[in-house]
Amino acid sequence: MPAEAAPSKPKAQKVSKDELLAFYRDMLMIRRFEERAGQLYGMGLIGGFCHLYIGQEAVVVGLQAAMKPGDQVITGYRDHGHMLACGMDPKGVMAELTGRAGGYSRGKGGSMHMFSIEKAFYGGHGIVGAQVSLGAGLAFANAYRGDGKVALVYFGDGAANQGQVYESFNMAALWKLPVVFVVENNQYAMGTSVARASSETHLHRRGASFNIPGEEVDGMDVLAVREAGKKAIAHARGGKGPVLLEMKTYRYRGHSMSDPAKYRTKEEVDAMKEHHDPIDSVKKRLIDLGYADEEGLKAIDREVRAVVADAAQFAQDSPEPDSSELLTDVLIDA
Amino acid sequence: MPKKSYRQAINEAIRMEMRRDPSVIVLGEDVAGGQGGTGGVGKVGNIFGVLAGLYDEFGPERVLDTPISESAIIGAAGGAAMTGLRPVAEIMFADFVGVCFDQIYNQAAKFRYMFGGKAKTPLVIRTTIGAGFRAGAQHSQTLHPLFTMVPGLKVVMPTNAYDAKGLMIEAIRDDDPVIYMESKLLYDAEDEVPDEAYRVPFGEANIVRTGKHVTVVGMGLMLTRAKAVAGELAKAGIDCEVIDPRTTSPFDEDTIIESVEKTGRLVIVDESPPRCSLASDISSIVVEKAFKALKAPIRKVTCPHTPVPFAPNLEDEFMPNPRRIEEAIREVLA
Ligand SMILES: Cc1ncc(C[n+]2csc(CCOP(=O)(O)OP(=O)(O)O)c2C)c(N)n1
Ligand SMILES: [Mg+2]
Repeated sequence: MPAEAAPSKPKAQKVSKDELLAFYRDMLMIRRFEERAGQLYGMGLIGGFCHLYIGQEAVVVGLQAAMKPGDQVITGYRDHGHMLACGMDPKGVMAELTGRAGGYSRGKGGSMHMFSIEKAFYGGHGIVGAQVSLGAGLAFANAYRGDGKVALVYFGDGAANQGQVYESFNMAALWKLPVVFVVENNQYAMGTSVARASSETHLHRRGASFNIPGEEVDGMDVLAVREAGKKAIAHARGGKGPVLLEMKTYRYRGHSMSDPAKYRTKEEVDAMKEHHDPIDSVKKRLIDLGYADEEGLKAIDREVRAVVADAAQFAQDSPEPDSSELLTDVLIDA
Repeated sequence: MPKKSYRQAINEAIRMEMRRDPSVIVLGEDVAGGQGGTGGVGKVGNIFGVLAGLYDEFGPERVLDTPISESAIIGAAGGAAMTGLRPVAEIMFADFVGVCFDQIYNQAAKFRYMFGGKAKTPLVIRTTIGAGFRAGAQHSQTLHPLFTMVPGLKVVMPTNAYDAKGLMIEAIRDDDPVIYMESKLLYDAEDEVPDEAYRVPFGEANIVRTGKHVTVVGMGLMLTRAKAVAGELAKAGIDCEVIDPRTTSPFDEDTIIESVEKTGRLVIVDESPPRCSLASDISSIVVEKAFKALKAPIRKVTCPHTPVPFAPNLEDEFMPNPRRIEEAIREVLA
């Protein structure tokens, strides 16, 4: 792969009816889950920080479709979508948001901090950039064991300015580690736009001085994402070292639930929703190709809403963690 | 005298110093509040609104939104300070100092001594501390013990708006690196704050309430809680002397020792795990210097030796709360 590949061309890609329907369903699941989480937050059932993934769904869904079982995922705090894409149980995720015993971290972690070895999801990290070094470590372990696994390491455009990201790039390239670095460029880090924080705004070029090939991808197009993911993962799995994918995407909501997002215009947000929505475009494709009709898609939505409603109910019914939990899990419990 | 919030008091102090002295600059993540996005100039002024309006008054040369690069923020601030600028740098949450701690404890803190008294580093690092925000393990710590144990740093933890202003002015005019820790849960707390500039000196404790039965020491939010409990206990005839050290480094030992010599009893309320902490430090000072005055064992009301839990019920139990403070006071009096 050249260091400066052209963006993947979405139109040329082949996709089966089942694949396209699965993309639709999986992206919708994330969107409905996040909408519900936002509601629970508004009702006071979720507190603290809650970072929604709405708008970015195509990134994790497309990449997950390019992965093989066993490949790992690690990310920051905007992590609900990644967990659902990995196949984690929406009930356990939602119950962690409400801080209940039935949550993935038994209520001790919260929205930003969940983990599942079974689903190869390695967290849920709150210190911006730290997951990139940890992700290089996942890949190191894969190489050491020779088990053929690839680590997908997600971080934001803001995180791309942390020094440890580049220390990790260098090591990963030096040791040809099986890792795909995925920068989810949603154009803002809290209230600071990429242009105001980065001297090189084409973030896929950030690997060039480490000889890491980089590619810019339309992160609102799930097929383009999958295609780029397949190539990158094959490259990494083939022993050629890391790849850097820059997913051009957008978050519709504020940085977290408490952010009114005054640093951008309503027109800017509306234009993204109107013309680039990842779910709408798959919906249109399904209909144009005759793979589904409005009625069929509504049925999928009902199904998804039912799953999310169950998760929300579970998250409210699950008990608070027992107070003894305060003192356990600090180290191995005797 | 006008009433102002803790948040306003800090803002006013920085603003007045910036007007007085062109060498004072402000830098950090989102400190201008995302101005320059397509939404135009924001008035946010950091995520807690503490710096609101500074960008409008002093412009982009003196109020700088930085990339998310804590090492470079503090390194650059330290370097600029060596030349005589007076940077007021922000680390959004104290938890994030992990990313830049080297620049604090190996660099800024060492210069004066290591360079034989030739270098000075008039640097202020503002950061926010404390649990109770439902923000989980990586956004809730206090960490003042970490800074207090480093020779070459001054460490400030204001409890009320009056002190917040006077201590900030003192911090900016001070020629040493100062860590200024703001209690998130106190931002809205109001107090009488003069409009003019004034200084609150470092290393001078404030006797918040005089009493004869027991000495109670606390800082920041914990002092507020201790004071409230003391007010309640006064109705039951228990007369607490409440002391706010204001700064942990330099530290006013004398005021506490004199108080314990009078009361013979000591309760220390400290929001941090109990080991190698401010509470254990005060306890050891008193045992060493006022042992004979003690009529009962010292009691420390601290967090448990655990990370900060997310679940609201666990977090409330994690923090020293009024019930535990009252129990400790009654115990030393029993
Ligand atoms: C080391 C560190 N610095 C700052 C923060 C505060 N913070 C949390 S998210 C964020 C913005 C990150 O933006 P980006 O990497 O673009 O990810 P996005 O939120 O857009 O998904 C900041 C500054 C943090 N959590 N950790
Ligand atoms: Mg971003």
